[in-house]
Amino acid sequence: MKKSNVKLMQGNEACVEGAIAAGMRFYAGYPITPSTEIAEVSAQKLPRIGGKFIQMEDEIAGIAAAIGASLAGLKSMTATSGPGFSLKQENIGYAALAEIPIVIVDVQRGGPSTGLPTAPSQGDIMQAKWGTHGDHPVIALSPSSVKETFDLTIRCFNLAEKYRTPVFLMLDEVVGHMREKIEIPDASEIEVIDRLKPAPGDKNYLPYKVEEGQIVPPMAAYGDGFRFHVTGLMHDESGFPSNSSEVAHHLMTRLMKKVEDHLDDIITYEENNIEDAEIVLLSYGGTARSAKSAMKKAREKGLKVGLFRPITIWPFPEKRVKEIAKNVKAIIVAEMNYGQLVLEVERVVKGATEVYHVGKINGEVITPDEILSKVEEVK
Amino acid sequence: MGIQKENLTLKIKKEWCKGCGICVAFCPKNVLALKDEKIEIVDPEKCIKCGLCELRCPDYAIFLGGNEDEEK
Amino acid sequence: MSSQLVKQYYRGNKLPHIWCPGCGHGILMRAVTQAIHNLGLDKDKVCVVSGIGCSSRAPGYMDFNTLHTTHGRALAFATGVKMARPELEVIVVTGDGDAAAIGGNHLIHAARRNINITTIVFNNNIYGMTGGQYSPTTPTGDLGTTAPYGNIDKSFDIAALAAAAGATYTARGTAYHVQQLIKLVENAIQNKGFSLVEAISICPTYYGRKNKKGSVVDMMHWLKDHAVDVKAAQKLPPEKLEGKFLIGEFKNVTEPEYTEEYQKIIDRFQKER
Repeated sequence: MKKSNVKLMQGNEACVEGAIAAGMRFYAGYPITPSTEIAEVSAQKLPRIGGKFIQMEDEIAGIAAAIGASLAGLKSMTATSGPGFSLKQENIGYAALAEIPIVIVDVQRGGPSTGLPTAPSQGDIMQAKWGTHGDHPVIALSPSSVKETFDLTIRCFNLAEKYRTPVFLMLDEVVGHMREKIEIPDASEIEVIDRLKPAPGDKNYLPYKVEEGQIVPPMAAYGDGFRFHVTGLMHDESGFPSNSSEVAHHLMTRLMKKVEDHLDDIITYEENNIEDAEIVLLSYGGTARSAKSAMKKAREKGLKVGLFRPITIWPFPEKRVKEIAKNVKAIIVAEMNYGQLVLEVERVVKGATEVYHVGKINGEVITPDEILSKVEEVK
Repeated sequence: MGIQKENLTLKIKKEWCKGCGICVAFCPKNVLALKDEKIEIVDPEKCIKCGLCELRCPDYAIFLGGNEDEEK
Repeated sequence: MSSQLVKQYYRGNKLPHIWCPGCGHGILMRAVTQAIHNLGLDKDKVCVVSGIGCSSRAPGYMDFNTLHTTHGRALAFATGVKMARPELEVIVVTGDGDAAAIGGNHLIHAARRNINITTIVFNNNIYGMTGGQYSPTTPTGDLGTTAPYGNIDKSFDIAALAAAAGATYTARGTAYHVQQLIKLVENAIQNKGFSLVEAISICPTYYGRKNKKGSVVDMMHWLKDHAVDVKAAQKLPPEKLEGKFLIGEFKNVTEPEYTEEYQKIIDRFQKER
């Protein structure tokens, strides 16, 4: 009889299961509510499979060690919540510029500051995009269920490896601490992408040179005989710093384009009843569960309401939201903040339809009825 | 570097010299001098090949080397 | 034309380096390289990590696996590298501001773990890259652009700090006493655990000029005249040590090393299988 792989677990636990399935062999972090279980489960599981866990002295060191381990060839992750996410921002920029794949999990809690440590929030959505200084590519995914947390953590690693960039898993306290039954698929059923490596002994290896047909430069590991240089300064194909505006322009454009040119590969979303919808609810993460329930209640009342759930938050599914906006009376954005992703929706639809916001900043989840009453109000 | 000291002589890479004067000041035999803010060997016969100038040159502009180190 | 050492261990096309005339950092970088050579380390298995500042430009010139990170964080990045690949000889090159101010927390915790990383602090008593602000090792009373009326901070003894935090090897050398410094760095690399060598540099351009320390040569003379070997100091009366500083090996002990201890946990599960 096939052993059942159905387990009851928390979102945070599913995140670690997904990470290990994706090949994570190094975790460095600092304890912070409500993400701590990710560190605890990593500490327990990693040495059992030959991986490494280290609890660092602070949040900054957590991401720094993860970047160092990635450069030495291990798939690496760190997890945190709002205050820690703020502290990690400088090194997020480092990983973006130096093109080092890592996964950063942010289990969002009420902020700013220490705020509401045990309460959910979606207040870090804009920080994920704009938190570090300077322009840089951003990939951020947000799951709505425990199973999806497992799947998206794998996807975060795959995207990080494929595009050589830090990737965010934007959990919220609701999904992080919720327990659901999930079936862990067999390893053979999981697609795992590993970083492109230079040919062993390639004497002409330049660590930042993209060859024809490659999305990103192949990445050697320290100790493999390539003796390359990595810096957070602007650098040319050789990896060494340069003050040339031409070099800076070329590097920055390449970094932005590697994500911009592959939106169809990176962006995913879920749609429900969009075809005939007059009002579309746009919601993500834990809040999308309330939105779905609100949609069902509205449909029962005969209201033509649909749901659009971005799974990829950044880059934002701009093209699809633009199309939807042309055919509906209103888009209602529901998110646990004072209005963040709604700004992106407004930017994208450019007045093609009315855009409303249902937000909450008191640490409580948004209920289906709160969304429903907005539907009634604007219908 | 595995080479006998007797076969080594003082070599100067003028273009790297920033004229700080450390080698001149601490040469135990006064072999060196600064000329136009660059290092010069003024008394090569007195050199005892102690290598202190090489150890203390911040710019790697002076060293003990063999014939193979000459500019080609 | 350049020396065999330069040819073998430097990225020739990156030299000459960016440091100012008479900056002690070039001397210190050469000493570190000489120590690596003397130990016969495999270049492919050496990883040199730095943070931000004058000192931290060193790895760019050195032909090893090199990583120029963010300000203060070199030891945290290096910890990740070392954990992932313990077979690498990981050497951190950092400065007084990088190691003891913004990176102070990482320094004490890397020392506490006794992880096998060798840290060489290029201590020039000033923030040079930004133009001469006082650092955690600027002596009390000295001037910096941000201490225009004299520095009222007390300065850190970085070697003592590391020893107190748990480093198993600590030492101090100077840009003047190069032969000794090379030996100290060799010993530090050979120590299986966290090692720190505080290498006293000179900064004629900012610290020296601001504090009227004279020429480059005067500053080298100052190092020569004020450094006292720790062994010799034991035999000297206190009045002879006034205004002097100690150099030499301060601590050299054996304690469990971090990556080996972690490997033991991994091995425990391998045996269970």
